[in-house]
Amino acid sequence: MRDSTLKKVWIYFLLIVTSVMVFFPVLYAFMISFMSGPEILQGKFFPESFKFDNYLKVFDRLPLVKYLLNSFIVSLTVMVGQLAVCSLAAYAFVFIPFKGRDFVFFIFISTMMIPWEATMIPNFFTIQKLDWLNTYQGMSLPFFALAFGTFLLRQHFKTIPKELQEASQIAGLSRFAFFWKVILPVSKTSLVTLGAYGFLTTWNMYLWPLLITTNSSVRTVQIGLKQLQSQEMSTDWGVVMAGVIVVIIPTLLLLFIGQKQLQKGLSQGALK
Amino acid sequence: MTTVRAPGVWKRSANLRVGFLYLLPSIILFSVFLFYPMIRTIYLSFFLTDQNGNAAVNVGFENYSYLLTSPAFLNSMKATGLFVLYTVPIGIILALFFALLANEKLKGIGFFRTMYSSTMGISVAASSVIWLFLFHPSVGLFNRILLAINLPQIQWLLDPEWALVSIAISTIWMNTGFSFLILLGGLQNIDEHLYESSRIDGAGYFYRLRRITIPMLSPTLFFIITISLINAFQTFGQIDILTKGGPSQSTNLIVYSIYREAFINYQFGTASAQAVILFIIILVVTVLQFKLLEKKVHYQ
Repeated sequence: MRDSTLKKVWIYFLLIVTSVMVFFPVLYAFMISFMSGPEILQGKFFPESFKFDNYLKVFDRLPLVKYLLNSFIVSLTVMVGQLAVCSLAAYAFVFIPFKGRDFVFFIFISTMMIPWEATMIPNFFTIQKLDWLNTYQGMSLPFFALAFGTFLLRQHFKTIPKELQEASQIAGLSRFAFFWKVILPVSKTSLVTLGAYGFLTTWNMYLWPLLITTNSSVRTVQIGLKQLQSQEMSTDWGVVMAGVIVVIIPTLLLLFIGQKQLQKGLSQGALK
Repeated sequence: MTTVRAPGVWKRSANLRVGFLYLLPSIILFSVFLFYPMIRTIYLSFFLTDQNGNAAVNVGFENYSYLLTSPAFLNSMKATGLFVLYTVPIGIILALFFALLANEKLKGIGFFRTMYSSTMGISVAASSVIWLFLFHPSVGLFNRILLAINLPQIQWLLDPEWALVSIAISTIWMNTGFSFLILLGGLQNIDEHLYESSRIDGAGYFYRLRRITIPMLSPTLFFIITISLINAFQTFGQIDILTKGGPSQSTNLIVYSIYREAFINYQFGTASAQAVILFIIILVVTVLQFKLLEKKVHYQ
C-alpha cells in the first residue's frame, strides 16, 4: 500500500508544519522570557541559559501574586455561580413542565443576541451605585446567568431517561433531592465542560475588570499584563514575556488536561 | 412535592410555581444585568447625559443623526466591517483545515490536537502582548524576517495602511483554537458508515470532503460562523493593547469607540447610541444568518 504511506507522510508533514506555526508565538514568548535585553536585541531564538531572573523581576514589579489570586477567586466564583444558576434553570426546562415554558426558554436563548458590550455602560453605573467597584462580587455576579450554559446543560439533561424521574418520585425523593442526588451526578461530564469553559473565559476576561478595578485590591492578571506592557514599553521584553508565561500557564494546563472533554461537550451544545 | 390539598388553581399551578423558583436566579440576574441595562442603554441614547451617566437633556434622535454624519463614527463602522471581512472567512477556513488534518486517525494525533487548540487557553491580553512584540518595528520577528530576505520593512502597527491587517492577523490566530475545537467536535460526530460505503465506491478524498464531510458538518459550520461574526464585532482587548484605536483612527473598532466615548470622553448619550447600533447590527447579522443558512444546513 504505497499510496496510503505517501498520504500518511503528507499528512504528518502538514500537521507538523501548521501546528508549529500555530504554537510558535507561545514558544517564542517562552524563549524570550529567559533572555536578557542584549540577547533580545540580537534576535536569537534560544536563550543562552534558562535563568529565572526575568521571572523574579516581574514578581517584583507587579503585585503578581495578588493578581493571580484575584484571578483565581473571580474565575472560581463565576464557575461555581454559573454551574449553580444554569443547572437550576436547565433542570426546570427539562423536568418541570409548565405552561409558557417554551416561551421562557425562547427568551433565555434570545439573550445570546444581546452583546454584553451594549449593556456595559448601565452595568458599570449599577455596580458603582451598589458600591461594588473593586469588589469580587462586582467582578463575578453579573456573569452567573448564562444562556449558553443553560442551553448546554439542557441538551444533556434531555438525554436522561424520564423513567428515572418516575422512579425517584415513587422512591419518595423530593424534586430538589432528585436534582441534587440524581441529575447532577449523572451529568458530571457536561458540568465539567461548562465549568472549564466558565473558568477559562473568566480568567481571560479583559474589558469588565478594566472598567471596574481602579486599584490592585481585586485587579486580575489580564489588567496586570496591560500595566506591565505600558510600564515596560520597549525596555524589558524579557520581563514582559515572563509575565505573559505566568499568566497563561494555568489556562494552558487546564486546556491541555480538558481538551478532549471540552471539545466533546462544546460541540454537543452547539449541535443538538 | 408535598403540597397540602388546596383547591383548584393553586394545586394545578404547582409546577409553574416550582419551575419559576428554579428559574428565579437566572431571571433576576438577566433582568438586572442584561434586560434593564439594554433598555437603559436605548433610553440613554436619546439623551445628553451628565458625568454620572444620568439623563440630562432629551435630544430625540440627535445622537443618532450626529453619529451617522460623523466622519469618525462612519470610519469606525468601516473599520469594523473590514475587520469582520478580514478575520471571519480566513479564520474559519484555517480552523477547518486544521480540524480536517487533526481528524485523521494517526499515531500521536492527540498532541497535534492540543497544539491547534492551544490558543483557546491564551487570553486576549497575553496574546496581544506577544503579538506586540512580533510586530515590533525593530526587534520584532516579522521585520527581522523581512530584513533577512531583503524586503522593505513594514511599520505594522504604526502604519494606518497596515494596522488593521496586523490586528486581523493576530485575531485570526487568537480565535483558531476555539473554532478548531468546535469544528473537530463536529467532524467526529459524523457517522463513520457514511465514509465506509463511499470508500467501496472508490470515491476520492476531495469528493468525499465535498459530498459527505461539508454537508454533514454544516450545522457546526453554521454555529461557528455565527459565533465568529459576533465575536469579531465585539473585538476590544487587542485594540486596547496593540493600537489604542490608532494610528489615525484606522483601528478604532466599534466596541473600542463605545468604550472611549463613554469612559474617556464621558459622552454616555452618544456612546449609548453606538451601543444600540452595535446591538442592531448583531441582531440583523444573527437573524440573516438563520434565514440564509437554515435552508442550506443539513441536519442529521
